[in-house]
Amino acid sequence: MAKASVRAFHKLEGWFSTYKPPGVHWKLVRDTIETNLLKGINAAPPPAPLHRVQFLAEPTNTNVSGGSSDELTISASFVPSLANHPLVNGPDFQHIAVGVGHKLDVFSSGVLVLGVGQGNKSLTDLFRSVVTRDYTLEGEFGMGTDDFTHTGRLIERTTYGHITRDKLERVLAMMQGSNQKALLTYSHVDMNTQEAYEMAVKGELRPNGKSPPIITGLRLLHFQPPHFTLEVQCLNETQRYLCKVLHEVGLELRSTAVCKGVRRTRDGPFTLQHALTRQHWTVPDIIQAIQQHRSSRKTRKAKSTQLRAG
Amino acid sequence: MASACVQLCQRCASLSCSRTMGIITLKYSTHTHCPVALRSAFSVPVLLSVLHRRRNLTQSFNSGVRSFCEFHAKVQPSQKTHRDTDESPGDSLVPYQNQLRDGGMPLNEWETALDLDDIPAHSALEKISDKEAVQIDIPATLPPVSITLKDYVDQSETLRSLVLLGVQLWKLEQRPNVGSMLLKLDFQTDVVPRLTFLRQLGVEDSRLGYLISHNPFILTESLENLQARVAYLRSKKFSAESVASMVSRAPYLLNFSVKRIDNRLGFFQQQLGLSAHKTRDVVARLPRLLCGSLEPVKENLKVCKLEMGFRENELQHIVTVIPKVLTANKRKLTQIFDYIHNTMNIPHNLIVKFPQVLNAKYLRIKERHLFLQYLEKAQYDPAKPNYISLEKLVALPDEAFCTEVASATLEDFELFQKTM
Repeated sequence: MAKASVRAFHKLEGWFSTYKPPGVHWKLVRDTIETNLLKGINAAPPPAPLHRVQFLAEPTNTNVSGGSSDELTISASFVPSLANHPLVNGPDFQHIAVGVGHKLDVFSSGVLVLGVGQGNKSLTDLFRSVVTRDYTLEGEFGMGTDDFTHTGRLIERTTYGHITRDKLERVLAMMQGSNQKALLTYSHVDMNTQEAYEMAVKGELRPNGKSPPIITGLRLLHFQPPHFTLEVQCLNETQRYLCKVLHEVGLELRSTAVCKGVRRTRDGPFTLQHALTRQHWTVPDIIQAIQQHRSSRKTRKAKSTQLRAG
Repeated sequence: MASACVQLCQRCASLSCSRTMGIITLKYSTHTHCPVALRSAFSVPVLLSVLHRRRNLTQSFNSGVRSFCEFHAKVQPSQKTHRDTDESPGDSLVPYQNQLRDGGMPLNEWETALDLDDIPAHSALEKISDKEAVQIDIPATLPPVSITLKDYVDQSETLRSLVLLGVQLWKLEQRPNVGSMLLKLDFQTDVVPRLTFLRQLGVEDSRLGYLISHNPFILTESLENLQARVAYLRSKKFSAESVASMVSRAPYLLNFSVKRIDNRLGFFQQQLGLSAHKTRDVVARLPRLLCGSLEPVKENLKVCKLEMGFRENELQHIVTVIPKVLTANKRKLTQIFDYIHNTMNIPHNLIVKFPQVLNAKYLRIKERHLFLQYLEKAQYDPAKPNYISLEKLVALPDEAFCTEVASATLEDFELFQKTM
């Protein structure tokens, strides 16, 4: 019969998403989750102590006349052994494999996908698959810094009074267009074919192999000068690249812009809704999140097969 | 080889090694079977020592385990009937007076009489009856070298009593040389006097395990030193209960010399400018101040004075309320202070009134403040209405904070956390 800790360990297999707060290194998130999982699993009550057999030799009085020896009888007894004690052995589990999907740097926040146990093996597949991510970028006009974020060293200040919503949207449309062209190039499809046209119409074109960061969708959410918010859908990106995109938006508008926040709202199928916040980084919540993701994946697969069949 | 064996025998005799070995080979010598001549060579001297000093196996074990085992390994090259039998530490010794094969011959005569190069009379492959097989007793072989204390815990009284106290042996064996040191300790002469000393000091039994898990070297510190240090602390007018609590919360305290403790007490009194009574209070609440290095404390004090701009009396008040500020991480302290003072716009006097904010987590303060700001309830000025004290901001658990301070639900707070 397996111990309670072993059973709990086997339940922890799969992916789940967490919400990484800003200003925290992703490794700290991963380490905290590993520590919490180990604490939860090792909380099972200790096993009953082992017993070991001990042979006690006792003399028995024999009625042997002229006896050269007394007979020794060996009797067996069970003596509790401390070799199995948790203070001698340590906790049952001292390491759990927790892997991180697409990393987030310290400045940004948002959905961070983690894999536990056997789920880590499919994390490499996640990396190889071409999955888009959604970001919300908050920017501010009028400042230019060295690392494109508002915490960097200030390089220049500019005016932004001339920027209107219309101009901004035009710039965004232009950027989206150039990214679309890049997408077509890197997808390595022959543009003169019917299939390529159909795929492009459906939005199923994806880069084939390695590609630089490509923005597949760009939208202005909120504009109140000097603050503005963009929604971005992209592939193969880094958060620094997105800050640079914001900076380039500022440059195109004859001003400068800095990034005040990068927030990942979706990583493939993982959305903000099911991301676990700090209070929920415990074993029962994580098991529930893993099962939720598994069931939702099944329904999505069923839906997609239905669509294809129908 | 033979002479070497006999020499080792004599050494083992003086160390009074395995009683079981004595009994086992002793039993053997009365029968006609003697598969290995070396065994019989070993039997007599051990028996003599065993008869003279009836000590418990484990005590003898503790003193000479390594040498014994190595010898034992050499002694048993080819055993046919090798059976794992354990020694019985709890048994009392049963004397066998009339079991000597040679009838009490002195050692050196017996040595010359025995020709160790003789081919044994009975080969190891010879069949023996069941009764004789049952009576062959081979003592358990303890590994001479092991990476874990698990192999020795059943045979060692010291280790067993440490486990029963609650000492985490699995952590201690990872530290270099600590495992061997614990194994070599003698229970009666080393461990028991120190444990009774700690008990007399007032340390509770439940804390002894924690103490030894963190500081196993308290068992090797000399008793005079320990007593001198406790006497010094009492002379500085620390009450008995506070000394006991300091020792149980700072396990390494009694390993430091009187001079070092004195130096630190003097430093704190001088630098903080506190009275003797207040210094005692601060040190009693955070005894690890006396254990660690003084450089980080000096840097923290400088940071508080120069970077944060606290005055002398303000600093004294903060340290008496939250002594942990002295050993806090400098970078985190400045980060929290920067956020509280510059972003939340809280003046110095208010921070001094609630020094526990400097001890809180930065992320917690930030999230809660932004949540209150979003709800337009972020008002920290006591003069104005709807004032929220910093203590409530920081000390309350999440649920209480949401219901009492923010008048919102926990789900709202979590949703807000995801928008940060």
